[in-house]
Amino acid sequence: MTVQETAGSATESKPGKKAKPVLSEGKKAERRLGLWLCAPAAFVMIAVTGYPIVYSIWLSLQRYDLRFPAQQEFVGLDNYVSVLTNGYWWTAFGTTMGLTVVSVVIEFVLGMILALIMHRTLVGRGLVRTVALIPYGIVTVVAAFSWYYAWTPDTGYLANLFFPDSAPLTEYGSSLAIIVLAEVWKTTPFMALLLMAGLALVPEDLLKAAAMDGATAWQRFTKVMLPVMKPAILVALLFRTLDAFRIFDNIFVLTNGAQDTSSVSMQTYNNLVKGLNLGIGSTMAVLIFITVAIIAFLFIKVFGTAAPGSDNGGKR
Amino acid sequence: MGKRMSASRRGRSPGRTGSLLGATALTVGLLAGCGSDAGLKINVYYAPEDNFQSVVDDCTKASGGRYEVVYNKLPRPADGQREQMVRRLAAGDDSLDVLGLDVTWVSEFAEAGWADEWTGEAKAEATAGVLPGPLETATWNGKLYAATKNTNVQLLWYDDRLTPNPPKTWDEMIQQAQALKAQGKPANVVFTGAQYEGLVVIYNTLVESAGGKILSDDGKSVVMDAGAIKALEMLKKVTTAGITDPSLTNSKEDEVRQAFQRGNAAFELNWPFVYASYAKEKKDELKHFKWTTYPRFEAGKPAKTTIGGYNLAVSSTSKHKAEAYEVALCLRNEKNQKFSALKDGVPPTLESLYTDTVPLDATAGVSDDNPSMDTKYPMRETILDALKDAAVRPLTPAYQNASTVLSKILSPPSEIDPQKTAEKLKEQLADALQSKGVIP
Repeated sequence: MTVQETAGSATESKPGKKAKPVLSEGKKAERRLGLWLCAPAAFVMIAVTGYPIVYSIWLSLQRYDLRFPAQQEFVGLDNYVSVLTNGYWWTAFGTTMGLTVVSVVIEFVLGMILALIMHRTLVGRGLVRTVALIPYGIVTVVAAFSWYYAWTPDTGYLANLFFPDSAPLTEYGSSLAIIVLAEVWKTTPFMALLLMAGLALVPEDLLKAAAMDGATAWQRFTKVMLPVMKPAILVALLFRTLDAFRIFDNIFVLTNGAQDTSSVSMQTYNNLVKGLNLGIGSTMAVLIFITVAIIAFLFIKVFGTAAPGSDNGGKR
Repeated sequence: MGKRMSASRRGRSPGRTGSLLGATALTVGLLAGCGSDAGLKINVYYAPEDNFQSVVDDCTKASGGRYEVVYNKLPRPADGQREQMVRRLAAGDDSLDVLGLDVTWVSEFAEAGWADEWTGEAKAEATAGVLPGPLETATWNGKLYAATKNTNVQLLWYDDRLTPNPPKTWDEMIQQAQALKAQGKPANVVFTGAQYEGLVVIYNTLVESAGGKILSDDGKSVVMDAGAIKALEMLKKVTTAGITDPSLTNSKEDEVRQAFQRGNAAFELNWPFVYASYAKEKKDELKHFKWTTYPRFEAGKPAKTTIGGYNLAVSSTSKHKAEAYEVALCLRNEKNQKFSALKDGVPPTLESLYTDTVPLDATAGVSDDNPSMDTKYPMRETILDALKDAAVRPLTPAYQNASTVLSKILSPPSEIDPQKTAEKLKEQLADALQSKGVIP
C-alpha cells in the first residue's frame, strides 16, 4: 500500500480549478486547430456509438413489431413494465448473474495460479505462455461446438465417461455447470495474461526484503504481491465481469437457452432478431446497457479500478 | 461510409470536398456495377437442397436467355433462413426476388408486407392440382401469397422384426414399447423432443388428432380447448412411461434418425427423409424398415399429421416481379417437383405425382440411378393418405413467437401438468399474439 501511495503522490500534482492561465492568440489558434483536427474522429465516434444507443432508447419507448408495421405507436415505459414484470427476464437475469459470479471467481483463482506459473517458469517460458493462451485463440463458437459434442451421449467422450446413462446438456444443473466450464476454459488465459502483467509490477526487491523479514510465501503473496497488483487485478475482474455478463455464444450453441439456461443477451436476441419485436428487444438491450454501466460504476467508484493506461493506480 | 465522411467535411475546402464526392460517386458506381454486369439476374433465396442448382439452371434455360436465375443458399437451420431474409427485407433490400418460405412463415411475411399476393393467371397456375393441406399453408386471410414447392409429413417408422403389427394408436404404441422393454428388446419411442419447433410439430399433431385447437382459425385468439389438454396428457404419458431416451429433450430430426438406426428404438416418428438414409447406411436391413401412418389418438379417428415443407413467394421489394412470378412457378412445376422429389427426397405438393410411375429419365429403364416415384417412394401412398387429412400449424403472423412460447412451456414434456400447463399456454400465447409479452 505504501509503495503505491508514494508513487501516486509523486507523479500527480493537481492542476487547480481556480486560475485559468491566460492564453496568447497563437496558443488559442493552435487549440482551435486541435479541436478541428479532433472533430472528424469525435463525429465518427458519436455516429457509431452514440446514435445506436439513443436510437435503441427511442425504440424501447415504442410498440414496434416489424410484422405489424401499422400498429407502431409510442407507449412510454410500457415495455419496461412488461420486461421487468416478466418471469422469463428475471430467470435469465439470475442465470446470467450466477454464471458471471461463479465463472469470474473460478477464472480469477485459476488465472492467478496460471499467471504465477507463467511468471516463474524458467525453461521454455515463451512456449508455456503460448500453450496456455491457445484456448483464448480458439473461436468461441467452434470451442462451444466441441464441448457440445463432447457432452452429447454417444458422440461424446465426456458424456459417455461421466454420465453414461443421461444427457447432461438436457438438465438444468449440469448444463449450467458445462456452460461455466466452457467459459472458464476459454477465458482463464485472458485473465492469466492480465494478471501476469500485474505480476510484472511487483518489484523483486520488495519480495526479497519481505523474505528477509521472515514472511512466508503465503504472506508474501497476500501482503506484498496482491496489494501491489491491485490495479491490475481490478482491471482484470472488471473486464471479465463485463464480458461474462454479456455471455451469448456458449449458451447459444450448448443449450440454445433450453431448461432456463438463457442469458439476458440470448433473450434479447430471441425477442429482437427472432421475434422481430424491436420495442421489447430494445428495452432489454437498454436494461443490459444500464446493468453493465452499474457494474462498471461499482468497480471504478467502490473498488477504485483505474482505466488501463492511466497513471493513477489506486482510488480516485 | 464514403458518404458520411464527405458530409462531415462539408463547408470546408471546396476542392477537397469535390474530389471526395467524386471518389464516393466512383465507389458507388463500382459497387453497383458488381451486381448487374451481364443481363438480368433473378435472385432466389432458398434453403440448402443438394440438387436445387439443377432446377435453378433449368429455369434459366426455360427463360430463353431473358434472365439468369441465381440460387442464393440460405443457412441450414430454419431459424437462420428466416432471420437472413427478414433482416434483408426489413432493410428494404431490393435484390431479393423469390423467397423460399417454410410453411409456417407465409402469414408472417404476408402481414408484414414482404410477400406479394398472387392473382390472375399466376394464381391459377400455382394452385392447379395442389393438395389442399399444402395449399392452405400458402394462403393468409383467404389470399394466396406463395406457390407450394414441396410438402412433408411425418410417419411412424418401425422394424417389422420387432413389431410385425405396428400400433394403430398412441396407447397401443406405449403398451407395445413397454412389452418390448420387459423382454429386454429395443423399446424406445423416439421423436423430436428438444425445445424447438420439432416439439411443437408433435404437439400440434396430437392436438389436431384429438380434435382440438390451439389457436382460432383466424389466428387472432387462443383456444386451447379440451383436445389441446388431452394432447398435453398424452405427451406427458408417453414421456413418463419409461420408453423414451434420456436425450429425448435434446433430440432433433437427425438425432432421432440416428437413434433409430443404431437400433436403440422400436418406434420412430419422423419425416420420410429417414428412408433414404436408412437405405444408404443399412442397405441389407432395409426390407425390415417399415412405415405406417402416424398413430391415432382414438381408435376410430384417423390421425391428423402436421405438414411441413416449403413455399415460394415473390418479394415485395423485387424490381422484377413479372420475372419473379415466372421463376417461382418454374421452380415448382410438375417436372421440377418430380426431380426434387426423386433427387432430394422432398415430397411433392402436386397430387398427380403420387401416382406417377415414369422414371426420372423417361427414355431409360428404372434402376437405382434412375428412380421413379415407385422405387424412391415406396411409402408414397401412406404419405398421400396422411396429406389428404393433414393438420396445418396455427396460421398467424406471430407464429414465431407462438412457437417459441409453445416449445418453452412444453419442454421438458415429462414435467407437463396438463391443467397448469394449459393455463400457462393460454396466458402466454395471448401475449405472444399481441407481440406484447416477452418471449423466452
